[in-house]
Amino acid sequence: MKIHEYQAKRVLSEYGVTIPQGEVAVTPEEAYAAAARLGAPVVVKAQVHAGGRGKAGGVKLARTPEEAKAAAMAILGMTIKGRTVRIVLVEKAVEIAREVYIGVIFDRAKKAHTIIASAEGGIEIEELARTAPDKILKETVEPTVGLQPYQIRNIVWGMGFTAPLDRPIFAMVANLYRAFAATDASLAEINPLVITKGGEVLACDGKFNFDDNGMFRQKKIAEFRDPGEEDPAEREAVDKKLNFIKLDGNIGCMVNGAGLAMATMDMIKHFGAEPANFLDIGGGAKAQQVKDALSIILREPKVKAIFINIFGGIVRCDLVAEGIIAAKKDLGFDRPVVIRLIGTNDAIARKMLNEEGFPTYDNMPEAARKAVEMTAGV
Amino acid sequence: MAILVDENTKVMVQGIAGVEGKFHTEQMIKYGTKVVAGVDPAVKEKDFLGVPLFRTCREACATVKPDATVIFVPAPYAADAIYEAVAVGVKLVVVITEGVPVNDMIKAYAFTRSKGVRMIGPNCPGVISPDRCKIGIMPGHIHRKGNVGVISRSGTLTYEVVYSLVAAGLGQSTCIGIGGDPVIGSDFVDLLRMFKDDPETKGIVLIGEIGGNDEARAADYIQKELGKPVVAFIAGRTAPPERRMGHAGAIIGSAADTAAAKIEILEKAGVKIAAIPTDIGPLMAQSLKR
Repeated sequence: MKIHEYQAKRVLSEYGVTIPQGEVAVTPEEAYAAAARLGAPVVVKAQVHAGGRGKAGGVKLARTPEEAKAAAMAILGMTIKGRTVRIVLVEKAVEIAREVYIGVIFDRAKKAHTIIASAEGGIEIEELARTAPDKILKETVEPTVGLQPYQIRNIVWGMGFTAPLDRPIFAMVANLYRAFAATDASLAEINPLVITKGGEVLACDGKFNFDDNGMFRQKKIAEFRDPGEEDPAEREAVDKKLNFIKLDGNIGCMVNGAGLAMATMDMIKHFGAEPANFLDIGGGAKAQQVKDALSIILREPKVKAIFINIFGGIVRCDLVAEGIIAAKKDLGFDRPVVIRLIGTNDAIARKMLNEEGFPTYDNMPEAARKAVEMTAGV
Repeated sequence: MAILVDENTKVMVQGIAGVEGKFHTEQMIKYGTKVVAGVDPAVKEKDFLGVPLFRTCREACATVKPDATVIFVPAPYAADAIYEAVAVGVKLVVVITEGVPVNDMIKAYAFTRSKGVRMIGPNCPGVISPDRCKIGIMPGHIHRKGNVGVISRSGTLTYEVVYSLVAAGLGQSTCIGIGGDPVIGSDFVDLLRMFKDDPETKGIVLIGEIGGNDEARAADYIQKELGKPVVAFIAGRTAPPERRMGHAGAIIGSAADTAAAKIEILEKAGVKIAAIPTDIGPLMAQSLKR
């Protein structure tokens, strides 16, 4: 799960990380009022789940409340990487003496958390990893032991900080890690961490991603979910407990199991067409999920044919058939449907479907080819 | 032979009181698995289909000595169940549960390794040595006993591949679903090592997908040490970047995560790549003839 910068800063602040004063605005008038309260100059920043905001013109400096209003007017409604900006963060501008990068990631290869830091802030860390990997400091946290003070010293002194600044920077790293570990985050970044000309240490930009599987015990974080940043069909799928991702092709896919769903998309491509979506109805799907899934697929006008691919193990083919028949009655199929099912109760399912006029297949490549043929020349 | 489990493996079921736990315990017993105990803090009856029930692993292990445990416990309590099994000395822990937080798994991984316990999963279908022992949720009847080892990050896709093997006249020694999560107890290399030492296994099928470096490490091991033919399928050639494809671990973050990169590195290691999953049976049959 992703959250906005202003939400990330709330999390950081709760764990003792100092942040610039700021307010959220959804209209130019609110931005004006916020700037007036905070005292200009301010920075007006687009709040959107996409990187590259600065390059896209989504971050502007305003020297007066009027300028803040004009900046918000320009930014609100702007599209950044396909997402419309609906919120801006108005923040007191700071005078930068020095900026660095600190972050924590879940390191998949090491199966552990890793602290990452660089004496150069405001950079793309991925870019630096490619061009100058020796400029990146890393400390891996032993899972059963936790982050140790010596590791933070390695980071702080490694970035070249000396007294008296090394103490507040040490606290920043410690607090960032506490925030990361306590919230089931998968990534937490402060980029840049700014040392102002007045000697303050401030997190001027913050980013958090979270482990979806941890959200059941992170009620406060889960509330940060912004449905406005999600595709409407994907949002509905989440609510119905389906795994759905919209793609660009024209063959709608409904499959049980994530691996088989990916393999089904790949097979459609292999035979020369493009899938319209990834859709996994899950390991224990029953008739209702099947109907919900089909209703989401049918809503997409780009879909020219539907390919249903089921390997019944735990999922019973007859229950899937029941769902397909219910969808036909309640929703109607205005586009061709190719059904392949095999496994538990497949004979009963085929009989049910054939009686309703659906042809069925048991061979996956044969069925995939048929679905591709149906969209050829459409 | 086979690996991990055979006809002598005594199995404990944790989370047996739930719907899933009951259903799959019955399926395992019907398949012939020796289920010796069921554990669940919520049990009220004394037994289920003849399997004695207990509230704790300690109570269960006072009378029986299971070789393996299978965990159906819901995600919030799955890590606790793993630690409980390790505490009573079980050496093989199969975690079926989907949705376990990464933070729980990195600790459970480090802990099980330090105790010499082999963990399979989480978020996996389990392990089966056909006609001998099934620990998990896979449909037993599609499998045949034979000489091909199967290691997979997926569930239903594995069934598809097993079906393809059987259609090509090939049975399996052991099939392991290693799980679709970013942190799993055993990876491709762990199990390839075991298959290398198993005389019954003549060839191995790998079913990988986007995300992580397990396939790349497997390629390195296959090239340097394995000495048995390998056929692989990698799912997700059409997966878009930065999107989680159902499995928590199936996400493209960098170039090395893509299906294309994994296919390239496996091919260089001499692995035969199936373009579509149904090609696996014929490709393996060909490899074994040489």
